Amino acid sequence: SAADLARHCTRELLYRTELPGSEVDEVIYGQVVPSPLLPNVAREVSLLPQLPRTVPAYTLNRACASGAQAISNAADQIMAGHADVILAGGVETLSDVPILHTHKFSQVLVSANKARSLSERLGLFAQVRPRDLVPVSPAIAEPSTGESMGQSAEKMAKENHISREAQDELALMSHQRAAAATADGRLLAEVTPWFGGRGMDQVIQSDNTIRSDTTLDALSKLRPVFDRRYGSVTAGNSSPLTDGAATTLIMSEEKARAMGYRPLTAIRSYAVAAVDPGWQLLMGPAYAVPLALRRAGITWEHLGLVEIHEAFASQVLSNVQAWASPEWSARLGLPGVTGEVDWTRTNISGGSIALGHPFAATGARLVTTLSNAMVREDVQFGLISICAQGGMGFAMVLERVP
Amino acid sequence: MSAFTLERRGNVTLVTFDLPNEPLNTISKAVGWELDELLSRLATDEPTRAIVIRSGKPDSFVAGADIEEFVQLRTVEEAARLSRDGQLLMQRVADSEKPVVAAIHGACLGGGLELALACRYRVASDHPKTQLGLPETQLGLLPGAGGSNRLPRLVGVRAAFDMILAGKPVRGKKALQIGLVDELVPEAILLETAIEAAERLVRSGTPSRRGRGLAGALLDGNPLGRLVVYKKAREQVEQKTGGKYPAPLRAIEVVRTSMEEGMTKGLEAEAQAFGELAMTDVSRRLVEIFFATTALKKDDGVPAGMGRAVPVRRIGVIGSGFMGAGIAGTAVMQAHVEARLKDSDLVRVGKGIKAATDLLAVRLKRRQLTRFEYERQRALLSGTGDFSGFAGAQLVIEAVFEDLAVKRQVIAELEANVPATTILATNTSTIPIHDIASGARHPERILGMHFFSPVEKMPLLEVIPTSSTSADAIVTAVQFGRRIGKTVIVVADSPGFWVNRILLPYLNEAGHLLEEGVPIETIDSVMTAWGFPVGPVTLLDEVGLDVGEKAGKVMHQSFGERLAPSRVVGVMRADDRLGRKNGRGFYFYKDGRKTGADGSVFQLLGVRPQGEVDRQRVEDRLVFAMLNEAAMAMGEGVVRTPRDADVGAIFGIGFPPFRGGPLRTLDAIGAGEAVAMLERLEAAHGPRFHPAPVLEEMARTGGRWYPADGYR
Repeated sequence: SAADLARHCTRELLYRTELPGSEVDEVIYGQVVPSPLLPNVAREVSLLPQLPRTVPAYTLNRACASGAQAISNAADQIMAGHADVILAGGVETLSDVPILHTHKFSQVLVSANKARSLSERLGLFAQVRPRDLVPVSPAIAEPSTGESMGQSAEKMAKENHISREAQDELALMSHQRAAAATADGRLLAEVTPWFGGRGMDQVIQSDNTIRSDTTLDALSKLRPVFDRRYGSVTAGNSSPLTDGAATTLIMSEEKARAMGYRPLTAIRSYAVAAVDPGWQLLMGPAYAVPLALRRAGITWEHLGLVEIHEAFASQVLSNVQAWASPEWSARLGLPGVTGEVDWTRTNISGGSIALGHPFAATGARLVTTLSNAMVREDVQFGLISICAQGGMGFAMVLERVP
Repeated sequence: MSAFTLERRGNVTLVTFDLPNEPLNTISKAVGWELDELLSRLATDEPTRAIVIRSGKPDSFVAGADIEEFVQLRTVEEAARLSRDGQLLMQRVADSEKPVVAAIHGACLGGGLELALACRYRVASDHPKTQLGLPETQLGLLPGAGGSNRLPRLVGVRAAFDMILAGKPVRGKKALQIGLVDELVPEAILLETAIEAAERLVRSGTPSRRGRGLAGALLDGNPLGRLVVYKKAREQVEQKTGGKYPAPLRAIEVVRTSMEEGMTKGLEAEAQAFGELAMTDVSRRLVEIFFATTALKKDDGVPAGMGRAVPVRRIGVIGSGFMGAGIAGTAVMQAHVEARLKDSDLVRVGKGIKAATDLLAVRLKRRQLTRFEYERQRALLSGTGDFSGFAGAQLVIEAVFEDLAVKRQVIAELEANVPATTILATNTSTIPIHDIASGARHPERILGMHFFSPVEKMPLLEVIPTSSTSADAIVTAVQFGRRIGKTVIVVADSPGFWVNRILLPYLNEAGHLLEEGVPIETIDSVMTAWGFPVGPVTLLDEVGLDVGEKAGKVMHQSFGERLAPSRVVGVMRADDRLGRKNGRGFYFYKDGRKTGADGSVFQLLGVRPQGEVDRQRVEDRLVFAMLNEAAMAMGEGVVRTPRDADVGAIFGIGFPPFRGGPLRTLDAIGAGEAVAMLERLEAAHGPRFHPAPVLEEMARTGGRWYPADGYR
């Protein structure tokens, strides 16, 4: 379950950092599709026996940016002086989404609960038709427009003239880089083993969506999913929806130093923006990134490393195009271009297309991967960019601290 | 200072039992007198219309009668009188015109439950610490203050036997189910509920109690049905104890007398049986063991005042096999500490976590854990392929393969990965601890913790310091062992330590007997008849012949020809027989169950099984092989006291408790007689039976292991 994953991941963080549980002030966790039976997964995390039972916790939902939002909220709390040590992260179990009854059947059940007599109850159930009994599974569609994520990505590919080839090339790069980073241990070091199966003997040590042997040829053979005739968005150049959890340890610098920790990176700034969901749904980062850079007081040229969430290759390439183009900048009302992506410094360990996208976990994963890479490559500034449901975009600038 | 304080609550007088300067309430003669006097006073106290009795101790009602008084009893008459005094006191409570209500929270055992039984109404808290029981038969006695009479009347004969014969306590929920208590409420409202009940009793008298259903009416409710129950109970007791323990059988008789001939006769029978049982050797031995284990609970294995225990909140376990998982699971279950398993192979780590979690799952299934507690405890268990989380552990126990080089490697890796203060324990049954510790940078924090398999079930732990081990490390290991529910003895770093030292010559002698063609079942049945839970040949199968072979070699190397292994183990190993673990041993196994002796071992040995065997001779050889080695080890100072030695043998290898342990057995035989027996055996079977020097010395001087009189 989501609670199991989140607890496992957080507990391993505590063991790896040897952080005494008594030091934790709060747990903030993101989850986009919670179970109605477990609406506050963060509290399940903060009730780990390794922590005092008195650590407060809340779960938030900023769609696909939830994990990153948990981290920025933690930073806010620390800057406000409300906390020194916060565990922030996100979890999603998209293999275990809640399946609902139809609205009609739910209403009958609720009314039956209040019914006073058997005949009244039977009368209610008599209204139920067979089609009311078909379960409803949540779709990844915009409530405001009814458009699915994939349809939006397809629309963006067409409107922004993102070619099938460019999308497949990005997907290939994502897989190849993820495979290399797994093979040389960079990603393995960030993943805690999960003991799966009934016998707990099926050990998962790395993401199991990476296709190290895929080729451009293989990717190009896949059929478009959302527009079978003129489309270019395929299962190969989209991120798979997976299960995952990621937790980060966010501390005030004084506290970290006092406890003898060496910080990986510091949060320099963050920004959230939203566009009209009826326009280009996944274009939020085009606004959020320049805003975060401005808040950080730096320009694109200062960035040593960039992590872009790969919901769809067409979305990534649309964002990248928008950041670099004077026309786009003018269209978005920005004072100038944001910057040109250098792919040798961007998504260097692959991205969500290869690693999967467990919604709320992704943001915390990006922060972790970027922070470790910034230390490894001794980079001063790094950026994460996430597009999210509802036309939102999230960006955060991290800074290496000496 | 008085044990009782009074408080008025309306027309109810609240009596609080709080024995001064004691952690628990017990009922002694003095307490009895005081209570008797108190009841007289309240009987004439006008405003008091009803009485509620409760305990002033946290989480404990009354732990039982004062056992210290039992040991001073010298005659049957004296003991019977003690019982009769108790009965009179309880009768006084039962006859009180002003209703007496017991408000029970925490342990309510023995004399404590007998007091509650004498009350007119019982309210208990639903707290897990609230346990009600009559454990007297575990001390070779029976409930002697009216309990053997009142319990069957209250809950029926069958439920009464369930509680009296095995001496196991029941929790609140079960107590309510069988009608032992009238109400079960949260602790917070226990007192109010009891007071209300007392007022209700004053207003409207004692309520009639519920019936016990059809089976109850058929079995408990009529004399013919009860005959069946008595017979069944006797059969079960005979089967379980092999007739070695008289107390449960006497208890059945007393209950029968009480139910069939009335309570007056029943109380007489109860007092008489109590008196006679108190004077039996069995009861004396069981009481001695009780005192010995109680004393061990306060003994940290170092001279008083030395050593400070490190509070253990997290343990690391290296090696995630059967033993490591058992240690981790037991630690989590019993002490609620974090346990982190490490193994080089992550699949083994996962399996180890699963095995440890399964121990918790059993408790969940038996409803000894709530789902919430289960989830919480489960999260205390984790595993890793590296040393993450080990730096924060106060105690690391290695349970890797039994190989000196591997174990030294583990110690070296640990020293590189944990702070210098972390205590490192090595779980081994054969390798000397000083060999493992030599070469370590901090040998002072290294010691042995010898667990027995399966860890969650076996009650003993041997803690083995080396000459370099610090007192802090010893105290920490001993206290941690106790926290995870073990009886802990501290033993010397000598091959086999204590338990395996005395076990091996015994198993080896069984091998010699097999070589001579003594049938497998004969050997085993002689020893089960002597009181062991299983015979030595079965034990060899259980332990595993590979393990036995290894231990045999170590002992042979260390102690010379005296412990030269019999041919049997080698022959069995050559035929790929490992015992139960591979389903091939001295016995046949089918689906993990023993089905019968496999006589082909005699073909492997090239001997013809004997038809007629002198069972006494078999018994003498096996018993004295163990007793002589025990004396030998004591002479070498392997164990600190005879008490530790006997407790270790009983809890470690199932030495018959009613015999009190090998040293008590030697005392009962007498050193002179023992030496004479050993000399006879030596003449017949060779120098391995040469009497231990310390026994010969005792035979000359008339020495004993324990003082001739007294229990300790």
